Amino acid sequence: MKKSKADPKGVLTGSHFMDGDYALAEGALAAGCRFFGGYPITPSTETAERFSERIPVVGGVFIQMEDELGSIASLIGAAWGGLKAMTVTSGPGFSLMQENIGLACMLETPLVIANVQRGGPSTGLPTLTSQQDMMQARWGSHGDYEIIALSPDSPQECFDMTIKAFNLSELFRVPVFVMTDECVGHMHEKVVIPPAEEIEIVERKWYKGPKDKYLPYKCDSDGIPFMVKTGQGYRFHITGLTHDERGYPLLNAECQKINVQHLIDKIKNNADKIIEMEEEQIDGAEVIVLSYGITSRVAFRAVQQARKEGIKTGTIRLITVWPFPEKKIEELAKKVKAIVVPEINAGQVFLEVDRCSRNKCKVVSVPHLGGWVHNPDDIFKAIKEAVK
Amino acid sequence: MTEKKQPQRNPVERILRMDRMPHIWCPGCGIGTVVTSFAEALRKEETDLDNIVVVSGIGCTGRVAGYMKLDSFHTTHGRAIPFATGLKLANPKTKIVVFSGDGDIAGIGGNHLIHAARRNMDMLVILVNNFNYAMTGGQVAATTPIDANASTAPFGNFEYPFNLPHLVASAGGTYIARWTALHLRRVTKSIQEALHRRGFSFIEVITPCTTLYARRNRLGDGLNLLKYYYDNSEIQHNADTKDLDITYQGKLIVGKFVDKEKPTFLDAMNQHLSKVLGDKYTPYGEVK
Amino acid sequence: MTEIRFSGYGGQGIIRCALIGGKALSIYGGKFSTMNQSFGPEARGGACSSQLIVSDERVLYPYITRPDILVSMSQEAYEKYQNELKDNGLLITDTDLVKPKTERKNITHYSVPATRFAEELGNRIIANLVMMGFFTAVTKITTPDVMKKALPGLVPDRFLDLNKKAFDKGYEYGLEVLKEKTQ
Repeated sequence: MKKSKADPKGVLTGSHFMDGDYALAEGALAAGCRFFGGYPITPSTETAERFSERIPVVGGVFIQMEDELGSIASLIGAAWGGLKAMTVTSGPGFSLMQENIGLACMLETPLVIANVQRGGPSTGLPTLTSQQDMMQARWGSHGDYEIIALSPDSPQECFDMTIKAFNLSELFRVPVFVMTDECVGHMHEKVVIPPAEEIEIVERKWYKGPKDKYLPYKCDSDGIPFMVKTGQGYRFHITGLTHDERGYPLLNAECQKINVQHLIDKIKNNADKIIEMEEEQIDGAEVIVLSYGITSRVAFRAVQQARKEGIKTGTIRLITVWPFPEKKIEELAKKVKAIVVPEINAGQVFLEVDRCSRNKCKVVSVPHLGGWVHNPDDIFKAIKEAVK
Repeated sequence: MTEKKQPQRNPVERILRMDRMPHIWCPGCGIGTVVTSFAEALRKEETDLDNIVVVSGIGCTGRVAGYMKLDSFHTTHGRAIPFATGLKLANPKTKIVVFSGDGDIAGIGGNHLIHAARRNMDMLVILVNNFNYAMTGGQVAATTPIDANASTAPFGNFEYPFNLPHLVASAGGTYIARWTALHLRRVTKSIQEALHRRGFSFIEVITPCTTLYARRNRLGDGLNLLKYYYDNSEIQHNADTKDLDITYQGKLIVGKFVDKEKPTFLDAMNQHLSKVLGDKYTPYGEVK
Repeated sequence: MTEIRFSGYGGQGIIRCALIGGKALSIYGGKFSTMNQSFGPEARGGACSSQLIVSDERVLYPYITRPDILVSMSQEAYEKYQNELKDNGLLITDTDLVKPKTERKNITHYSVPATRFAEELGNRIIANLVMMGFFTAVTKITTPDVMKKALPGLVPDRFLDLNKKAFDKGYEYGLEVLKEKTQ
């Protein structure tokens, strides 16, 4: 892994009062993103607007594509053209992108997609919050594959996690999703952007060997293949078909197994390195409230109330939602009475917690179908009920 | 020329991935002849092959990218043009050639086609039109002539097909030509010309699909179709693109219809932002 | 923790009030602040509102539940939001634009002719800055200097001085009102 410091050109060092949508764009520019292709959709448009204003003066290019199918396709092209690339969208646009999210996974293309989630299905609640695309982020495209998804809970984290998303995408050559939501996207808070030299950037894993020896999908010792960009004489071929090390199609079960297993393993085998979470008062807790994104801020009110009433309540805030911290949940389930999972959907990450708990503890979903954040009382009631 | 000293080898071999031959196309299919024209054009122009990037979508013609010994991308159905847009904008020094079929570019990818033309995105699109979805078994397409039979139009097609040169011209394309698989030298020449143009160039090549379109419509083999092209095509350079509709086994007007200059997307972006932002703006990716 | 709602009608700079307050307090005032505005159906129609939460600790729950301070610059907004004001809360209105119907006994009410003052200064568009000055004086939430520091970037550069003038006008009027009250 080659690390470097951020290019100061893209870093707006200082303290800002900024919304989450703008912070996504600033994080990307700090991370070295120099291509944005997108399509306007509420509540993510402010990110595109910010890019359109900022990227021309930092030496990048902005294009508003004709739709989200085109946006994500342009990103993959831009990545193979040598740039770091990002787009932003919300539910309906995220649905349209699923096709080429699959291509990005298959081609092992580093790129970042932010989803400022809104209520669905369909047009749903364009201006109101939800966390209803969490499972779609994991499973939205067809076939077997793994991705990485992060969940910021504030404009500051929109900035920080977008940088992290770019670094992970380069490290593992995989699309990384920043799964925020309308509430965080539109919320203004202080965002501190550090000096460029304090921002660590993972460089693309460029191939430097002889031109005629380049094999686009031959894994290095770390399990990740080297990348090149167009126009340098490698004359390489890349296909969305199942392919061998040369990038040539090879349509049989043996090659499929190697190809797809690699896409899964490069994330699964590195899950411990990727997964990040915040835990509080876990030791001795009888109940754990597990949440992510904006819901963890809302749930904390309920947690405080529960602690006041003497319920030993611990919290876990997922920063990385995918890959999922399976082992952690399995261990935890053996120690606590219950895990309470509030989220602004009908119970999506709840299903993962429930699966990983292996029936060793009670797992309680506290759903909210979107449009607003939870009433902390509902979470409190669920905590109380869970420890009964 | 080193090629002349090795007469036993086909001079376009250095442009093709010979390790992937034989190709998958059927006997009598016209796609290979368009590939030959493309390779021939690259050879004649002595183009720096390291700078040429081929992007294909999905379908029979979608396989072209896989056979070109160039930087080449076989992408998803319909998305070759937006993929190519990203490639071009990220690496403006490269020359991008989108090589794909009618279903891919004008059917599922139709929206991308008109928008890339509207922006005058600097790329050459070679669209091989065989009047049907061949890879999936000969279904009706946006280009199938009225009355022609297709597997999903078993009683004959009654939908109006696209007049592709007219569509692209209306959307803003700056170089537009149409030929058939019979006009190989003309195709080569058009590609040679288009390689020197900056802007959205579009070449439609009508080719025989012997296995599906020709068989279903009892039109004979490849040779019969070439005969049809020979008898019915008429070269009309600069013809008004609205007169280029194709009817079933009817007249085929071919030629170069549009050849003009206007700023590309990147030219326009650089000119405009330089004007508005002044010194704050450094022109992006200028090709010397 | 203080929950504040700014309200009025579209075009009065209601969103800007919360942005100025939020930026000032979180960046120059040593506090944490979270600002939200209404999007969607609620944002349509006459009443416009923005929310600001100010705290010595990190703000967790992102929305106001019952405001400690309600600023209303239109009758419609006042009527829409006055019920949610906390007991012992503070109501701040534009004297000429809001006529409180039934005076709630358990709240404090201050008013400033913000729009009139702005017109006197030459442009009614700066009524929100008069209001912010007045708001700063009567709430003592921070110093006027901290508030004014937040203005660059949130008001057009060429109107910066005028906006500061409007702020000062409101602030001085606020001090007078407080003085009268204590006398």
